[in-house]
Amino acid sequence: MDDARLDSTAPRRTRLFGCGEGRIWRSLDELAETEEFAAFIRREFPDQAEVWQDPLSRREFLALMAASFGVAGLTGCTRAPDSEIVPYVDPPEQVVPGQALRFATAMPLSGYGRGVLVESHLGRPTKIEGNPDHPASLGATDAILQASILTLYDPDRAKEVLRRGGTSTWGQFVGEVRQSVATFRQRGGRGLRFLTETVTSPTLTRQLRSLLEILPAARWHHYEPITQDSRREASRKAFGRPVNTIYHFDRAARILSLDADFLSVGPASLRAARQFIDARRVRAPLEPPAAGQSASALSMNRLYVIESSPSITGAMADHRLAVRSERVERLAREIAARLGVPIARSETAWTPAEERWIAALVADLRAHPGESVIVPGDFQSTAVHVIAHALNERLGSTALTHVESPEPLATGQLESLSELVREMRAGEVDTLVLLGGNPVLTAPADLDFAEALSRVNLRVHHSLYYDETSFLCHWHVPDTHYLETWSDVCAFDGTVSIIQPLIAPLYGGKSPHQILDLLLDRPETDAGEALREEWRARRGGGGSFDEFWRTALRQGVVAESTLPPVSVRVDPAALEGTAPPASPAGADIEVIFRPDPAIWDGRFANNGWLQELPRPLTKLTWDNAALVSPRTARALGVENERVVDLELRGRTVRAPVWVLPGHPDGSVTLHLGYGRERAGRVGNATEKRGGFNAYRLRTSDAMASGVGLIVRPRAERYRLACTQLHQMLEGPAEDLVHVETIQQFSARAARPLEPSAEARRSMYPEVDTSRGHQWALQIDINACVGCNACVVACQAENNIPVVGKEQVLNAREMHWLRIDTYHAGDPEEQPDTYFEPVPCMHCEKAPCEFVCPVGATTHSSEGLNEMTYNRCVGTRYCSNNCPYKVRRFNFLQYSDLDTPSLQLGRNPDVTVRSRGVMEKCTYCVQRIQRARVDLEELAAARGDAASPQQQLEIHRRMDDRLAALEPACAQACPTRAITFGDLNWKTASGAVSAVKALQMQPHSYALLAELNTQPRTRYLARLVHPNPDLVDPLSWKPGGGREEHPGER
Amino acid sequence: MSAEERISPMDSDAAAPVIGPGHTYRSVTEKISAIVLHRRTGRGWMAGFALAFFFVLVFFASIAYVLARGVGVWGINVPVAWGFAIVNFVWWIGIGHAGTLISAVLLLLHQEWRTSINRFAESMTLFAVTCAGIFPVLHLGRPWYFYWLAPYPNVMSLWPQFRSPLVWDLFAVLTYFAVSLLFWYVGLIPDLATLRDVARNRFVRVVYGVLAMGWRGSAVHWHRYHVAYVLLAGLATPLVVSVHSVVSLDFAAAQIPGWHATVFPPYFVAGAIFSGFSMVLTLAIPVRKVYGLEDFITTRHLDNMGKVLLASGCIVAYGYCLETFMTFYSGDVHEIAQANARFFGPSAWIFWSLIASNVVIPQLLWLRGIRRNARNLFLVALVINVGMWLERYVIVVLSLERSFVPSEWGSYRPTFWDVSTLLGSIGLFAALFLLFIRLLPMISAFEMRELVASRRGDLATESAEERGRVHE
Amino acid sequence: MRSASRIYGLLAEFDRPAAVLDAAQRARAQGYTRMDAYTPLPVEGLHEAVHPGRTRLPLLVLLGGAFGCAGGYFLQWYANVVAYPWNIGGRPHHSWPAFIPITFELTVLCAGLTAVLGMLALNGLPRPHHPLFNVPRFELASGTHFFLCIESSDPRFDLEETRRFLEELGAMSVTEVPELIEPTEGGAP
Repeated sequence: MDDARLDSTAPRRTRLFGCGEGRIWRSLDELAETEEFAAFIRREFPDQAEVWQDPLSRREFLALMAASFGVAGLTGCTRAPDSEIVPYVDPPEQVVPGQALRFATAMPLSGYGRGVLVESHLGRPTKIEGNPDHPASLGATDAILQASILTLYDPDRAKEVLRRGGTSTWGQFVGEVRQSVATFRQRGGRGLRFLTETVTSPTLTRQLRSLLEILPAARWHHYEPITQDSRREASRKAFGRPVNTIYHFDRAARILSLDADFLSVGPASLRAARQFIDARRVRAPLEPPAAGQSASALSMNRLYVIESSPSITGAMADHRLAVRSERVERLAREIAARLGVPIARSETAWTPAEERWIAALVADLRAHPGESVIVPGDFQSTAVHVIAHALNERLGSTALTHVESPEPLATGQLESLSELVREMRAGEVDTLVLLGGNPVLTAPADLDFAEALSRVNLRVHHSLYYDETSFLCHWHVPDTHYLETWSDVCAFDGTVSIIQPLIAPLYGGKSPHQILDLLLDRPETDAGEALREEWRARRGGGGSFDEFWRTALRQGVVAESTLPPVSVRVDPAALEGTAPPASPAGADIEVIFRPDPAIWDGRFANNGWLQELPRPLTKLTWDNAALVSPRTARALGVENERVVDLELRGRTVRAPVWVLPGHPDGSVTLHLGYGRERAGRVGNATEKRGGFNAYRLRTSDAMASGVGLIVRPRAERYRLACTQLHQMLEGPAEDLVHVETIQQFSARAARPLEPSAEARRSMYPEVDTSRGHQWALQIDINACVGCNACVVACQAENNIPVVGKEQVLNAREMHWLRIDTYHAGDPEEQPDTYFEPVPCMHCEKAPCEFVCPVGATTHSSEGLNEMTYNRCVGTRYCSNNCPYKVRRFNFLQYSDLDTPSLQLGRNPDVTVRSRGVMEKCTYCVQRIQRARVDLEELAAARGDAASPQQQLEIHRRMDDRLAALEPACAQACPTRAITFGDLNWKTASGAVSAVKALQMQPHSYALLAELNTQPRTRYLARLVHPNPDLVDPLSWKPGGGREEHPGER
Repeated sequence: MSAEERISPMDSDAAAPVIGPGHTYRSVTEKISAIVLHRRTGRGWMAGFALAFFFVLVFFASIAYVLARGVGVWGINVPVAWGFAIVNFVWWIGIGHAGTLISAVLLLLHQEWRTSINRFAESMTLFAVTCAGIFPVLHLGRPWYFYWLAPYPNVMSLWPQFRSPLVWDLFAVLTYFAVSLLFWYVGLIPDLATLRDVARNRFVRVVYGVLAMGWRGSAVHWHRYHVAYVLLAGLATPLVVSVHSVVSLDFAAAQIPGWHATVFPPYFVAGAIFSGFSMVLTLAIPVRKVYGLEDFITTRHLDNMGKVLLASGCIVAYGYCLETFMTFYSGDVHEIAQANARFFGPSAWIFWSLIASNVVIPQLLWLRGIRRNARNLFLVALVINVGMWLERYVIVVLSLERSFVPSEWGSYRPTFWDVSTLLGSIGLFAALFLLFIRLLPMISAFEMRELVASRRGDLATESAEERGRVHE
Repeated sequence: MRSASRIYGLLAEFDRPAAVLDAAQRARAQGYTRMDAYTPLPVEGLHEAVHPGRTRLPLLVLLGGAFGCAGGYFLQWYANVVAYPWNIGGRPHHSWPAFIPITFELTVLCAGLTAVLGMLALNGLPRPHHPLFNVPRFELASGTHFFLCIESSDPRFDLEETRRFLEELGAMSVTEVPELIEPTEGGAP
C-alpha cells in the first residue's frame, strides 16, 4: 500500500464511512496488519454465495467485511472517470438520468471478436446485447457474452501490479521494464520471448511486429488451449495458404457435420445458428406474409451429425451418429471415397446400421450437389478437415467461402508452444512476457510448462486474474476487461471492430497495448492513442479521420474491413497419405476433451452466472464430470456421482461420473477448465465444488481425444448439482414437447394442435382482452438450439442472484427461465434430444393468483401475471399451485447486498429482491413500461397529426417501437426462437403482430392445455426432416425413428 | 358423614361403570382438588416437566434461528415449497379435534362417560391448537408480516385475497381457538369456585377466587350456565367439522396431483378425530396411572375410546381407498403418475408405513383384549399418532415432489431445523399439559358430582329414564 | 355488632339435591318469592322453583350469530368487489362460494362469544363479593352441600318464622346471612 493510493482514497472513504480522516487511517492501518487484509488485498470482497456454502465464522466475516469496505474505498476512487469517452463527462447532454445509453464495442474470445451493444446507466455498463451490424453477432449473443458483464465487476479480479506476489505499483514496473528494455536493445532481443493467445487485433499485431523489428532475436509465440490447429494446418496443406472457411448454412439443403459443434463453438457460431435455423423455419400457408417466410416454403434443410461427444448441434440433427472420435475420420474417408474423392478408405467393418446410414447419407448428398456442405470439427484431425474441403469441392458446394486468415501467426499453436518450452528448457529464454493466457493451467501436461517456466530469469504475466501462471511469475500486471479499454479485433471474416471503453478501469488494469508501448520505449499513453495512431496510419489520407473514427465507433464495425473471398483449390497431394491405423481393440476406452460449455477453457471459472448455468444436455452446474453413455456406465459398473480414477498415459485425475444418454459407447468426455486453484473465490476448486482439472490428462498427442483411458471406480461418491433430474420424454411428459416430421406437419396442417374452443370453455367469466395491449410470448422449440443465451440474458437483465452449489443441490436455483431438456427413445440407443425453454406462462386463468392470501400476485389488464414483491409474505402457495413450476423463492438472502462492485452492475430498472419473497419471469415488464411510455407519446402525436399520411407515418414508428420491444431472452436468442408482442396490435399495413400470426399457426400449442390455464406463453412444435431412406416420415415418432430398422436393435 | 351410610350399591348396569364404587360428593371433590392443592409435586412430574421444558427451549432456539436466517434453513425447495411446518400444522390441528368432539358432540349425544375425560381433552385441544397456530406464521418467508392476512383498514386500502384457502385457514383456526378457549373456561368456572373454597392458603384462594369470578352456584346461574354450555356445544360441533375441512381445502382447492381431491374434507375430519382420540389416550393412560384415577377413567372409558378409534380409523382407510380409486377412475395421467410415485417411488416406504400404522395396526382394536388393556391401547395410540403425522407428510411433501412437469420433479430432505421445530412443538405441548394437570382440576369435579348424584339416586324425585342425565 | 348489622337472609343447609329441591318447592308454595338455591351441581327444576321464568340467552346468541354471518359476508364482498377489485386468476370479483367458509367461521365466533359473555352478564358475573360469602359454611356450597337462602327483602320474610319454617323443611342448619363483612371471617375473596 503506497501513500499515493491512500491519499487518493480520502474522498471515497469519507463517503463510505461517513466520518473523519483519523478514524479511517486507523482502520486501514489496523486492517493492513491483519492477515485477512494481506490475503484480502488480492481478492477484494467477501462474496455472499461463498458465505453460505462454507459459512465464515462471525469474527472472520466481520474482518472481511471491514477490509472489503476499506478496499471499496480504494477502488471507489480509481473509478473516477479519466477517459473522455465515459459518457457522463462529455458530452453531458447525452445523459438523461434513468435513460440508458448504448455503445457499440466487441468482445474478443480466443482472438476473434463478436460485436456487442452495451447498455450503460450513468456510466455503468449493465447489460450486453448483440450488435445487428456485426457479422458474427447479427444482433444475437451467447451465454458467455451475456455473462462477461459480471466479470467486469468481479471483486476477485487482479487489482494491482504485483511483484513476487507482493504489492507493487505500475510506476515501479515501468521503471524496471525500461531498464531491461535497454539491455535487450543491446542484445537485439536475444532471450526475449512473448507468449500471447490467438491474436487478430491489427494494433496489437503492429505493435508486436515493430517490437520484433527493433529486437530481431526476440520471438513471438501463441497458444490457445481450445485451438483451431487442425483448421490452420489443413488449410495450409489443402490450399497452401492460411484461410478461414466460412459456411453459409442458409444456402445449404443438406449439412453433414463431422464432429463439428458449429452451433455453439467457434467465432461464427452465432451466425451459423441464425442461418441454420432460418433454413428450418416452417410456417403453414395460412400465415399472413407479415412475419418471416414466404407462404409456400414448406421445406427444411436436413442435418446429419457424426459426433464423438453429445453437443447441441447433435441434438438438432435429423440424423445423428454417435461414434468414438477415432472412427470419425474412417467414416469421413468412407463417405468421401463413395462420393468419388480419390482417397484411401480405411478397412473398417461397418455395423448394418452404420452401413445403411452411410448409404442413405451418400445418396442424399449426391442428390443435392451444390447445396450440400460438409463441416469438419475443430476437435478432429487435420485429415478430416482436408477430406471435408475435398468433399465440398467435389460436391461443388456453394454454401461456403474462404477468406484470408486474419491471424498474423500461421504456425500451429501447439507447435509454437512446444518450441517455446523447448527453448525454455534449453535455457535460451531469459525473459518471458505472457500477454494473457494461463499456460501453467492449460498447456499440455507432457510439456510440464510450470517446470520449464521456472528456468526463465524474468517472467512477466499480464492477465485479468492473479491465476496459476501469475503465481509463478515475477511480475503480474492486471489486464483490463474489454469494457474498460481501447483495442480492436477481427471477426471470423476479418471484419474489424473497435473496442471502446465504457468505464475507466475499475481495478487500475493496463491494456496490452500500453505494455507494448512501454516495451517500445514510447511515452506512456492511454491505449486509445496507440489505436487511433494505428488506424490513422492504416487509413492513410482522404476524408476526415474523425468522421471515419466516429462512424466506426457508432457502428461497431470498421467500414469495408471485411476480407474479400479468395478462391482456393484443394491440392490433390494433400489427399495422399495412408489411412488411419485400424481401430484399436474395443476394450480400451477413449477420452474426449471439450471446452466447458459455460466457463470455456477455464477463463470464466470465477463467473457465478456461468458456473450456475445448467449446462446444455447434462444440466450440471458448478462442476464438470466424466460423461459416459448408459451402456458404458453399466460396463464399467459405475453410476451417477460415482467417483472414478481416470488414467491416461500414466497421468491420473479423480472425477465423478455422469451418465449422459446419447454419448457414444466406449468413450468418456471430460470438460476442460475446472479444478482451478487460483481462479478466485467462486471458481476455486474445493472439497464440495469446482470439479477436477482435466488438463492434467491432456497431452500434446491427445489434445482433443486419445485412446487408452483406464477407468477405475472408487468407493466414494461426489454430489453433482443437476437442475433437471428427470429427462425422459414419457408418461406425463409426452404432451409437453410436440415433435413431428415436416411431412406429418403438412399432412396435419389443417388440424391445429390447439384444443377446440369448446374444450377451452371456462367456468369463469371471460375477461375482456379485446382492448389495450395484450402481451404474449411465442417460443419456437423448432428454432431453440438450447444454447442458454436466454437464461443468462434473463439473469443479467433481472438482477437474478447466484445461489451457490449447496442451494442448487437443494433445487433452489433462481433462474426465471429454464431450458428443459428431454430425451425420447431408449436411452441406451442414441435417443433424440429436445429443448424447451420454460419462462412464466402468464396464464389468463392463473392458478398461482387465487391462492395468494395477500393478493401479492395479480393479473394486469394487459395480461401480465404480476408479482408485487412488497406485498409478498412468502407463503409459497403460488409456487405449489403453479403447474409449470416457474416461480422462484428467496429462501435465504440470495442477493448480495454487501459487495459494492457487484451493486454497480445491477439493472437499476429492476428491484433487487430480498429474502422471503417469491419472484418469477415478468416478460421484462421494465422494458414494456418504457415502450408503453414511448407509444403513448406517439399515440398522442398521432392524435394531433394533421394529415392521414402523417398519421400513417407515426403508426409506422409505433410499429417499429413495438418491434423493438423484446424481453431479454428474445433479444439474446441467436435463432430468434422467442417472439414477443401485442396480440391486439394492427400494423400500419393492417397486418396482425408477429406473435399473433405465430399463435395462428397449426403447430402452435400451450403447455398442459388440459388444465385450461390459458397461458400467454405458447410454443411452436419441433419439426424434423428425416431421410425417407432411413425412416418413414409419416409413421415417425419421437425417439421411435430408429425402430423400423432391425439392424439397430 | 351421614351421606356415606346411604350409599346405594352400584347398580348392575350391563355396561361397566363410568365411575368407581363408593364415591361421595366429598370424596370426588377432595380427590380431584387434592391433585392440585395438597398432593406434593411428584418427582415424575418434575422430571417430565424438565424434559418438556428442554424441548421448549429447543423450540424457541429453532424459531429464533429461522427468523434470523429465513425459512431456507429448512429442507424446503422448489417444487417442495411446503415441508415439515405445514405437516406439523395439519397434524396438531387434527389432534385438537378430539377435545371438541368429546366435550361438545358427546355432550349433545348424552354420553355420560365423556365426563371424566372432557376436561383434559379440551385442554389438549387448546394446547394442540396453540402449537398448530405457530407453524403457519413461522413458515412464511417474511413472518413479521403475518398480519397482512387479516382484514384491517389501512392507508393503502389493501385487503386480504379472500379466495385463498390460507385466509380461510386464518379465520377457521382463530375461531376454533377462541371457541375452544371459551368452552374450556366456562367448564372450569364451577371447579375454580370449588378450589377457591377448598383451598386453605390465602394466596391460592385469591387466585382461584379471581378466576372463579365469584361463582356461587346459584340455581338461576346454573340454569343460564347450562343453556350457554349447550349452545356452545351446538356451535362447536359444526365448527369442529368445518375447521379440518377448511384445512383440507388448502390442498383440495389447489390443482396439483395428489391434492386436488374432493374426498379430502370428510376424510380429513375423520383423520382428525382418529389422531385426536389417539392423542387423548396417549395422555390419559399415563395420567390415570400416575394419579391413580382408575376410578374416574375406567376401563369402560378406554373401551369406548378404542371403539371410536376403530370407527374413525376405518373411515380414514375408506378415504384412502376412495382417493386411490378416483385417481385411476379419472384416468388422469398426472394423477396416476402421482399415485405410482407414492406406491413405488423413492419415498414409497413412507406411504407404506403410513398404511401399516393407520390401517393395519388399528384393526387390532377389534379385539376386546386390546381395547380394555391400558398398555396395549397405549401402544396402538402411539403408533396411530405417528401414522397420522406420516399421512400429512405423504399428502404435503410426496405430492409436491411429483408435479405436472417432470423436468421440475424434485425431492425433499428435512434438515436439523425441520426436526428441531417438530420436537420443540411437542415439547411445548407437553409442558403446557403438565402445567395444566398441576394447576387446574384435570377432571370436571361438578360433573363428577352429578354422576355421583345420579348413581346414588340422590334425586329421588326423578323418573328412572332420567337417571344419569341429572342436568338435562 | 351482629345485632346491629342488617340481615341479607336466612340460609338453610341440606346434604342432598332432592332435599333442597323439595324445600325450594315447599317454600314457593308457602308464598316465598325472593329466594335462591346454591348447589355444587346443577339440579334439574331447581331454578323453576326458586325463580320461575325463561332466560333470554338463546335469543342473544341468535342475534350474535346473525351479526357474524352478515358482517363476515359483507366484509369479503366489500373488500373484493368495492374496495379492492382486482383480476385474480380470472375469477369473478364476487366469488361467493369462496366467501362461505369465512362467513361461517365468523358466525360461529360471534355466536359463541355472545353465549359466554351473555351468560356472564346476565348472571352478574364477575362479582368478587356477595353477602353469602360471609357465611363460613357457604364454602361447602361449591363442594358437598346444598343451600337454600330466603332473602330478607322477601315481603313474607320474618326472621323467627322463616327460621322455623326452614327448620321444618329438615335443614341440617339454618344460618343468618349478615350484610356486613365480619372482619374475622371474611369469605373469599
